[in-house]
Amino acid sequence: MSRLPTIRFTVNGKPCAVQVPPMKRLLDVLREDLRLTGSKEGCGEGECGSCSVIVNGELVNSCLLPVLQAEGATIQTVEGLANNGQLHPLQQAFLACGGAQCGICTPGMLMAASHLLEVNPHPSLADIREGLAGNLCRCTGFVRIFESVVPAAAARLTPSSGIQEKEPAAHAR
Amino acid sequence: MRGNAEAHQLIAPGSLAGVLELLAAAPGEWTPIAGGTELMVAHAAGRLEAGKLVSLWGIADLRFIETHADSIAIGAGATFRDLRAHAGVAAQLPLLAKAASWIGCIANQSRATLGGNLVNGSPAADSSPALLVYDAEIELISLRGRRRIPYSAFHTGYKCNVMALDELLYAIHLPLRFAHHRQYLRKVGTRRAMAIAKVALAATALLENGLLREIHLGAASLAAFPARLYQTESVLLGQPIDTRTLQLARNTLLAEAKPIDDIRSTAEYRKRVAANLLDEFLLQLRSEGWPR
Amino acid sequence: MSTSAKTRIVGAPVPRKEGVDKLLGRARYVDDIERQGMIHGATVRSTIPRGFILSISFERRIDWTEFTVVTAADIPGKNQIHLIAADQPCLADEKVNHCDEAILLIAHADKHKLREAVNAVHIEYDPLPPIFTMEESERQDVIVWGADNLLKSFLLEKGDVDSVWDSAAHIVEGTYRTGAQEHLYIENNGVIAESNAETGITVWGSLQCPFYVHKSLLSIFDLPEDKVRVIQTETGGAFGGKEDYPSILAAHAALLAHKSGHPVKMVYDRMEDLAATTKRHPSRVRHRTALDKDGKLLAMDIDLATDGGAYSTLSSTVLSRATLHASGPYVCPNVRVRSHSWATNTVPYGAFRGFGAPQAIFAIERHMDEIAAAVGIDPIELRRRNFLHDGDTTATEQVMREPVILDRLLDRALAESDYHTRRARFALENPASAVKRGMGISAFYHGSGFTGSGERYLNSLAGVDLTPEGKVRVLVSSTEFGQGTNTMLAQIAAEAIGIGYDDVNLAPIDTGIVPNSGPTVASRTSLVVGRLIERAGLQLVAMLREHAFLGEHFTPEEFFAACERYRDNHGKVESMCRYEAPPGIFWDDQKYRGEAYPAFAWSIQVAQVAVDTVTYSAEVEEFWAVQEVGRVIHPVLAGGQIEGGIAQGIGYALYEKVVLENGHMANNQMTNYIMPTAEDVPPIHIFFEEAPLRFGAFGAKGIGELPHDGPAPAILNAIKDATGIGFHAIPLLPEDLFTELAARQELVEIAAI
Repeated sequence: MSRLPTIRFTVNGKPCAVQVPPMKRLLDVLREDLRLTGSKEGCGEGECGSCSVIVNGELVNSCLLPVLQAEGATIQTVEGLANNGQLHPLQQAFLACGGAQCGICTPGMLMAASHLLEVNPHPSLADIREGLAGNLCRCTGFVRIFESVVPAAAARLTPSSGIQEKEPAAHAR
Repeated sequence: MRGNAEAHQLIAPGSLAGVLELLAAAPGEWTPIAGGTELMVAHAAGRLEAGKLVSLWGIADLRFIETHADSIAIGAGATFRDLRAHAGVAAQLPLLAKAASWIGCIANQSRATLGGNLVNGSPAADSSPALLVYDAEIELISLRGRRRIPYSAFHTGYKCNVMALDELLYAIHLPLRFAHHRQYLRKVGTRRAMAIAKVALAATALLENGLLREIHLGAASLAAFPARLYQTESVLLGQPIDTRTLQLARNTLLAEAKPIDDIRSTAEYRKRVAANLLDEFLLQLRSEGWPR
Repeated sequence: MSTSAKTRIVGAPVPRKEGVDKLLGRARYVDDIERQGMIHGATVRSTIPRGFILSISFERRIDWTEFTVVTAADIPGKNQIHLIAADQPCLADEKVNHCDEAILLIAHADKHKLREAVNAVHIEYDPLPPIFTMEESERQDVIVWGADNLLKSFLLEKGDVDSVWDSAAHIVEGTYRTGAQEHLYIENNGVIAESNAETGITVWGSLQCPFYVHKSLLSIFDLPEDKVRVIQTETGGAFGGKEDYPSILAAHAALLAHKSGHPVKMVYDRMEDLAATTKRHPSRVRHRTALDKDGKLLAMDIDLATDGGAYSTLSSTVLSRATLHASGPYVCPNVRVRSHSWATNTVPYGAFRGFGAPQAIFAIERHMDEIAAAVGIDPIELRRRNFLHDGDTTATEQVMREPVILDRLLDRALAESDYHTRRARFALENPASAVKRGMGISAFYHGSGFTGSGERYLNSLAGVDLTPEGKVRVLVSSTEFGQGTNTMLAQIAAEAIGIGYDDVNLAPIDTGIVPNSGPTVASRTSLVVGRLIERAGLQLVAMLREHAFLGEHFTPEEFFAACERYRDNHGKVESMCRYEAPPGIFWDDQKYRGEAYPAFAWSIQVAQVAVDTVTYSAEVEEFWAVQEVGRVIHPVLAGGQIEGGIAQGIGYALYEKVVLENGHMANNQMTNYIMPTAEDVPPIHIFFEEAPLRFGAFGAKGIGELPHDGPAPAILNAIKDATGIGFHAIPLLPEDLFTELAARQELVEIAAI
């Protein structure tokens, strides 16, 4: 096996270079090589969407993308959604409306919702259902996720005071 | 993750010529991978047999949708998102646009390619029924040249096709002669999204003076590969849509269809639902104000 | 404290305690965690459902010296997973009793070499005849467990059922079946284990019950309590699927850690989690019901059976709850429930939201509609005539001392769903439509907390203390896995004490730090543990008033100042409370009589279903749920529980099927185990009626499981309304509807031109 290629792309605005087997999944590169563990593996088959990220403006399941194909790509993960400590309108809305329960589907769900609002700033409920159909949530029944996207869509188009990131809250670990 | 990334080579020549040279130099050794929505699933399950893969992703020469005077040419590398976003496809090939919207989910549509869908050759392939009833042609390419064959002749068996070892699926050509045809496509899956078809039926038909002047029926999951229902078509051709015709067509379809029992559904269900879909189409044909 | 007192924090939609971390992608689930020197573990599993292990061989092409290999022989203590009985081994030794049973464990630093190694282990079996259905098990031709395949049985009797058959105006029979159901938490099971001589075993994991895991490890490693420590990591969904299974996984990882000297991470992939871990018990319930001429229940004779799989695990308690929910929310003078849980050679079934109640309630609520049709009474009216009211007794002779407001719930459900209007409209539209629509309801209760004397047995301890930084900390072993434990307990503590929500956090769920407040199951967290926290908060304030000059009324600043004074004098500030049973709780475990549950939550659910006669698919178009769960601690969290439970219930009814081939789950991939997506879930409308409980935290009862009890029967009742056909088994897939519907369609000619 010849020398491993160096594959370059940007993640959340930051240039990255990794020297890994070209068939390594983008999901594993994000989680293992870049220590960005926000994207999750729920199924490894492109069914659950918990690995969803945005590559060159398109929503993809990072468990199905061989990292070689990410050469030169602009990638956004959940870690890049908040802006300098200020929660993205989607994150604020999910917090207020109960869009996250156990949280494992949440990173992928946020990326899918974020992508939806980019391509369709005024989505109908049907558009929201379609946009999120590839992201499985077992906790919420999707109801409050839909209810989170609607105000987020509105908030996105108007300046907002936002919720500031706090110190990790619940448990003193 | 049961696959071993180190056990597979993946190279990206970056050009159509580069890929064709590779396929010519070592026929059968390199497996093309486009969006990866099939091969990477196999990889994660530890079932990816291909040791050497050549990436088609990002090759502009393969990812195009071109409108000509009487046809649309779709590059094998066009994604389903590309198809949905193309005004010409939406207007002229509505069944294909519909099928594209039913594939998986948004994340799958941004990566799954039309070529990949066909080469993978699942009998449940989402794009196939529409391509069959639109008389699509497949264009294959190699260093030896190009050739075209009707899509209906592309599949020869379960996950088998006519491609030579040095060939790549280059484009799918669709004649634009169905503008005045009645068109129908319905997919029956386990749920509304992220569903592999249990059965799907596409149809194009021309009704003239109350008789069926032309009728194409394309089905998924009624045979070992997506296929036209020629026998059923032949009993419909030239006929009025009356009780006798409906009954005859129904019975012919039930006999012609050869679905299987599998983990997703049963043969009996598939046959019966396919017959119901045909009924639905024919009854809609008859009724006034049929939407185009 | 009065349960109807006005509150600032309880009842308010405060932000989820750990919400920001989850939304930032910063929450750390077990697979996000690495420990220094960590290696990976994998499991070699049985490929046959039953037989003797003759030999284990290792392919020579692998250098096995690189690997740590653990078999049953390496277990320092007892080779058993301690749950209720001790019949399940940690690792199969001489015999396997189900496909995918764990036989061997392997560890290596390289995940890929590990996978190769798993495939390079070959096991030779001497197969024994397996059984796969409860009917085979009942026949007892082949004995696969104990002396008679019977994991557990109960007999519940009230009055004398056999005295009324002869005089009854109506006798209606029916048999109802439910299939297995998979939890499908989006985070698979996973743990990390470490072992060293000084501290013993430490396990981090995705789990519901750290002290269950703790207890199980004690006997496997023969260690004292302080040499085993279990820490819950952020858990991505559980629903009961991480109640008992983690004890097995933790033991496996700990054995590898113990032998290798390295921390070992074992995280299942989806295929393994689906195939090898617990699922909901399949059931078969036979009803024979006597009624008088007015449709009043005279007798219910119920035969209830579950398939427990190869080992007993939680089958006895699931059977218990099924038994106690079998007769529905109705008054009936004569009831007999004979229940049995049978062993088969399948992966042991376990806890899943509802825990026997969804199975039992499916049967009784479908049966009520069948009765209504047989007797000629409207299904709504039939239920009204038989509902429990205040002061009535249940099948266990428990007197309803807390308010029972089923009539009010039903009125509201019918009004909100426009039930009668819709039904009438569908009756007009259906004949000419290829899509048939119908409405269906279900009425049910869910007992909160452990059955009978269970809570006394658990003897939960919980409380609050003060951290060095001067914040109040809640001390419980109750886990957060999405349902809102952290938030709710912080709300209760803050409210009871009189400080701010942000002044309260939870201690890490670490058996080395927190007391055992019992498992996070059985809809007991708000009812039992919440109440302990409420009392502990009140007790803390009383302590400070008595010893630290805290006044009658105080600000949060004054409270914390008093805490400091108290700490200066006493060293630490802590207020712990132990479970106290409400007065008058009496339960006879032998006769199954008395106060079965300390509290009941009540609900009416309504489904509008469309059945497409072209594709034979049934879809829920809209859903309504009205429930009474005592005081609603947090409206957003409570609503989320109801909606999520309903979505799972819809899956249970129409989408989710476990396909077994030779006892192995053949559809062990998400592409083939189907749960509803965002495009499939209907609009869900929920409404709470409050009737605060005297003994819950601020009047709260339990809520987590209630919503999963009702959707399946409501949906199938709606399908009956839509098509005229009563189906008696779930999951009801299009292929099943097809069988019945197509037979009837053949009798109808194609519409004439």
